[in-house]
Amino acid sequence: MLQIELWKRVVIWGLVALGLLLALPNAFYTRVETSNDARTALETGASAGGLEEQAGLWPSFLPSGLVNLGLDLRGGAHLLAEVQVSDVYETRIKAMWPEVLTLLREERGRIGTFRLQESDAADELRIRLNEKPDMAAEAAALVRGLSRPVVSLTGAGASDIEVTVEGADVVIRLSEAERLAMDQRTVAQALEIIRRRIDEVGTREPTIQRQGADRILIQVPGIGSAAELKEIIGTTAQLTFQPVVTRTTNGDMPPGPGNELLPSMDEEGVFYILEQAAVVTGEELVDAQPAFDQNGRPAVNFRFDPTGARRFGNYTAENIGSPFAIVLDNEVISAPVIQSHIPGGSGIITGNFTVEESTNLAVLLRAGALPAGLEFLEERTIGPELGADSIEAGKIACIVAGVAVLVFMFLSYGTFGVFANIALLVNVGLIFGLLSLIGATLTLPGIAGIVLTIGMAVDANVLVFERIREETKTARGPARAIELGYEKAMSAIIDANITTFITAVILYVMGSGPVRGFAITLGLGILTSVFTAFFVTRLLVAMWFERRRPKTLEV
Amino acid sequence: MRLRLVPQDTNWDFFKRSKLWLGISAVMVVVALGSFLMQGLNYGIDFRGGTTIRTESPTPVDVGAYRDAVAPLGLGDITITEVFDPGFADDQNVAMIRIQAQDGEEAVSPEVVQQVEDALATFAPDIRFVSVESVGPKVSGELIQTAVIAVVLAIGAVLIYIWLRFEWQFALGAVAALVHDVVLTIGIFSELQIRFDLAIIAALLTIVGYSLNDTVVVFDRVRENLRKYKQTPLKEVLNRSINETLSRTMMTSVTTLIALIALFVLGGDVIRGFVFAMIWGVIVGTYSSIFVASALLLRLGVKRDWTKPDNTTGNQFANIDA
Repeated sequence: MLQIELWKRVVIWGLVALGLLLALPNAFYTRVETSNDARTALETGASAGGLEEQAGLWPSFLPSGLVNLGLDLRGGAHLLAEVQVSDVYETRIKAMWPEVLTLLREERGRIGTFRLQESDAADELRIRLNEKPDMAAEAAALVRGLSRPVVSLTGAGASDIEVTVEGADVVIRLSEAERLAMDQRTVAQALEIIRRRIDEVGTREPTIQRQGADRILIQVPGIGSAAELKEIIGTTAQLTFQPVVTRTTNGDMPPGPGNELLPSMDEEGVFYILEQAAVVTGEELVDAQPAFDQNGRPAVNFRFDPTGARRFGNYTAENIGSPFAIVLDNEVISAPVIQSHIPGGSGIITGNFTVEESTNLAVLLRAGALPAGLEFLEERTIGPELGADSIEAGKIACIVAGVAVLVFMFLSYGTFGVFANIALLVNVGLIFGLLSLIGATLTLPGIAGIVLTIGMAVDANVLVFERIREETKTARGPARAIELGYEKAMSAIIDANITTFITAVILYVMGSGPVRGFAITLGLGILTSVFTAFFVTRLLVAMWFERRRPKTLEV
Repeated sequence: MRLRLVPQDTNWDFFKRSKLWLGISAVMVVVALGSFLMQGLNYGIDFRGGTTIRTESPTPVDVGAYRDAVAPLGLGDITITEVFDPGFADDQNVAMIRIQAQDGEEAVSPEVVQQVEDALATFAPDIRFVSVESVGPKVSGELIQTAVIAVVLAIGAVLIYIWLRFEWQFALGAVAALVHDVVLTIGIFSELQIRFDLAIIAALLTIVGYSLNDTVVVFDRVRENLRKYKQTPLKEVLNRSINETLSRTMMTSVTTLIALIALFVLGGDVIRGFVFAMIWGVIVGTYSSIFVASALLLRLGVKRDWTKPDNTTGNQFANIDA
């Protein structure tokens, strides 16, 4: 056991050196961070003065991976948003109305007159046949002809709508398969839009990830508050262009079926009744830029994609002289009267904007509106001072804990204690090296995990040393005692560490945020401490033994 | 001269009063459960929803005045506590304000937070809000559920592992000790009304891991000695095993405690509750691996006849002592 082959020694020292090298950048955190930032900036083509110099702060041949600091250490904002996927159902089903209307109008001779009913459920279309109720089945069959296959992996073969007959009513609803497919699309789209908006602001290393079926976790370090973050994301439901039915000052006026009542953005007490089915939506926008109108007031220029442009062109051609509304966030920004046919698919939004507002609006439009509303289930803001305090406290605690354990181990085991101590230092280095390598996030509980590991890492060594002590009483000679010590302590070390590792894994899988950070450091700590006890300490003991050849052991 | 926590060759009888110790443990578990049922836990916002605001100000915290400033807003139950920490600077006065989840709100309401901040800022202009955390009732409900599942899963997984590596009596003894440790930890949080949040669940799971670590080391030696001393009564074998591993048990507990105490004193107030749970868990875990797990194992008995061909029952995965 004490004969360790040369190649093994080389591998062990190599791994230790590699781990420590990977951990090295963390010792010069700010310097490496500045250098990394400058490098990224240079790669993306920035050429501000001093960037080269900053990039040179850290030599490029050294690894530059850093441990990410969690929000609780760096400060920043954390949001857990739930995408209101059912918002989209309503828009989707309401958008079918013009199509259904055209279809049924053509068949009026057969099915008689019909009317869209007010419905309790928002996500259905209920059409009543007034003259010939018995033709409902016929009408339903016609509407069914409008259905399309669902585009998704799981819902293959299903159609997107379900048409049922309830007395004289034809009811159109979205099918389950279509809803699921839409949920998927809505969340994916929301995720993408949130990502783009946050990227546009240019904050460092945001975490934007999907959680569960309809939730999105957003973490942005370094931002002032969760409220600020929410502003960037925007909770905009939709940007739409809708035909105006009428303008009113009565906020309680019933809008009538197929219509909705929305307030004006800048005129207090003014409301618009709009047709619910939008002519074009923000999804069809390809570009938006801040601009000025002919009177020199801030405005936003926009351009539609080909489909949007065609629809917008047709609509403006047919409705010259009537107003249409630009609706953002369920508020009417403006309701200009269509002066002429607008064929090119571009236009201008005017309103009572300041320059800043028009710029923001352009950004918002460019990034695309969120497909559905967001409800925030969790908001956390951690100030940078608190994070800095926590890091400082954690650092001091780590050092004090480390030194205390080192002294204690030395007092207890003498020379062997020194070996265990070297292994302990290597251990902490390796944890940081691994954290940097896998790009894990260090949180405050994560620091606690490291401190705990400092305490527990010596356990494997203690098990071995105690065993060696015992074996010296019976074994023939020190070499044999050391060998037996390692041999017999093995199963206890493995069992003890596997059980702890199991709990770390469960914690990682079930936990979130800071708790997960704890699970990571605890789990890595177990791996590294077993590695150091079995290989590093043993190698040290072997090397010492070869040199000294002691006749008796004092452990 | 070496530092030794326990004399070199101990031969203490750990089972002389094993009934008494088991009795004490049973009573403590009952007290802990009673406390949990009677006064419950002081749940943090992670588990019951609501908002906590951490304030910092150069002027001393006046809890009464803060309360007066916030009371007119009518936000229901508001808890204001001053936070002390040796690491704070002289002009660093920290308070924690907790606002309950507002009725009928599924999500968190930033308006409420803003109102409270404004109210406090009028009273103390130099106040800063270093952290604001809100959790909606929807999420907090799920977090409780996940936490309970996590703890149960951890205990279950460990039960299976020990059962595979040892025998079922060992697994039962170890898990009894685990449950004992977890219950006592929850009990002390209930008794002292320390804030119980998500991080404490992490601490609970760590305690599960640690307590097990300790128990497994003792059991490993028991397994070894059972093979070595086939004729010796189980009680003596257990006692011998505990005595032999005692030095290691103490060493590891003490080094871990040293590290944890350093963190408790110097690590700042944010994780003090978390560290407290772990310190308590290490102490209770060390005690329970001897006085609960082993004592229970003694009562359950272990199959001793290793000469029969089916003697590998339950420990067919145990032969990795390479």
